[in-house]
Amino acid sequence: MDVLYLLVPLSVVLVFFVLGALGWAIWRGQFEDVEREGQRIFEND
Amino acid sequence: MTFANAQATVYNDKVVRQFAIMTVVWGVVGMLVGVFIAAQLAWPDITFGIPWLSYGRLRPLHTNAVIFAFGGTGLIGTSYYVVQRTCQVRLFSDKLAAFTFWGWMAVIVGAVISLPLGYTSSKEYAELEWPIDILITLVWVAYAIVFFGTIGTRKIKHIYVANWFYGGFILAIALLHIVNNAELPVGLMKSYSAYSGVQDAMVQWWYGHNAVGFFLTAGFLGMMYYFIPKQAERPVYSYRLSIVHFWALIFTYMWAGPHHLHYTALPDWAQSVGMVFSLILLAPSWGGMLNGIMTLSGAWHKLRDDPILRFLIVSLSFYGMSTFEGPMMSIKTVNALSHYTDWTIGHVHSGALGWVGLITMGSLYYMIPRLFGRKQMYSTKAIEVHFWIATIGIVIYIAAMWIAGVMQGLMWRAVNADGTLTYTFVESVKATYPFYVLRLMGGLLYLSGMVIMLWNTIKTATSGRAVPVQIPAVVAHA
Repeated sequence: MDVLYLLVPLSVVLVFFVLGALGWAIWRGQFEDVEREGQRIFEND
Repeated sequence: MTFANAQATVYNDKVVRQFAIMTVVWGVVGMLVGVFIAAQLAWPDITFGIPWLSYGRLRPLHTNAVIFAFGGTGLIGTSYYVVQRTCQVRLFSDKLAAFTFWGWMAVIVGAVISLPLGYTSSKEYAELEWPIDILITLVWVAYAIVFFGTIGTRKIKHIYVANWFYGGFILAIALLHIVNNAELPVGLMKSYSAYSGVQDAMVQWWYGHNAVGFFLTAGFLGMMYYFIPKQAERPVYSYRLSIVHFWALIFTYMWAGPHHLHYTALPDWAQSVGMVFSLILLAPSWGGMLNGIMTLSGAWHKLRDDPILRFLIVSLSFYGMSTFEGPMMSIKTVNALSHYTDWTIGHVHSGALGWVGLITMGSLYYMIPRLFGRKQMYSTKAIEVHFWIATIGIVIYIAAMWIAGVMQGLMWRAVNADGTLTYTFVESVKATYPFYVLRLMGGLLYLSGMVIMLWNTIKTATSGRAVPVQIPAVVAHA
């Protein structure tokens, strides 16, 4: 099952990438006022 | 740095219109091929042995046409609509966006020609040969640039949750496509996979199930999180839950694939990992499903006279149903009964016709009139008729396949007292015949609904006018 040596590390890298994206989103204040954001798609339409 | 698109005063809806119309057209084509091959299963001789019309060549044409032509065109089109409106900026590049449209159409035409001619890499849901694979890669890179470029130049600081789902879908599909289609070309339309035997099977289902997860689920959840609130005219029930839904789904999806290879040469532990991850997926799936349905809380009466909302909400109930059925079927003991039977086909179609189909149709019914400067579709009555025909068609289809599947599973495993098999294989085929006819009827109903939608779309487009939509002037954010 050599291919698992490709797929498993790939998935681990992917998880770190996703963690990075989550971290970016949190630090950049994407989730600061979440319930307000659901409302926004009804403004300026 | 300022980009040209940030200065634009109107949205780029031309490319959205093109994608929207073609989604409906490819829907009719893909479902027509589906109905045709369903008839072949009931009456195998109806094509008189013409090789181009043989089941083995048309089946991949059906799957490619409904997933990538109908579903893919719908996803790209709606994502362009949603990303512009939620970021309040024009698409990053008009030229690249036009390239994604014409390139994607070229891929589909390539499939329509090459698959009946018998060119196939023989990888399920990735049958297209290497030159088309390369074109897909180019189109996908252009799509990613247009989408993420638009996000990068957004005028609204917060990235709306639908865009996270669309973005996750775009990135994951890029990775899956490249890894699964690693192949060595040996001729203009012939290649060999870089992997062999069980290695190839593992890569194939790592791709195959993640295509379900990121193409047929995450992408369409992007649609769900924009078009349900818009049509219901109320925000997502819990925006917080929608964010949890997104991160939970993409963290857990990657390793569900091995459940396609239970009781094969794949190591046992890998099969068990696939089963466990599939069971875990029930939680985020149902969280998201309930979040979408609860968006209607306090406005349930709208379901009574809004057929578009009915499309969207019923699609979510099919999403809930198939994301419950899926984890159950991934349990090894259940899988021992269900695998290789028509139960799998029933499961796939409750997801494909019920979830993917209905959410796309509902979203298009919301979007198409707005793209042609109208308040609503040409005929609301026709939407109503479409809804009922489609729903009845799905129920007939999946009920027939459930019964057929369980029956086949039971017949195959039945043994006599002396240890011999009770039934020959052909006896189970014969017993399935009435269910194949029923399935054909269900499929015919679903296709008829799609034809009504095509008529309604043409009428809406020809009686409306493409009006440029102004981008609102943003006050505070930058």
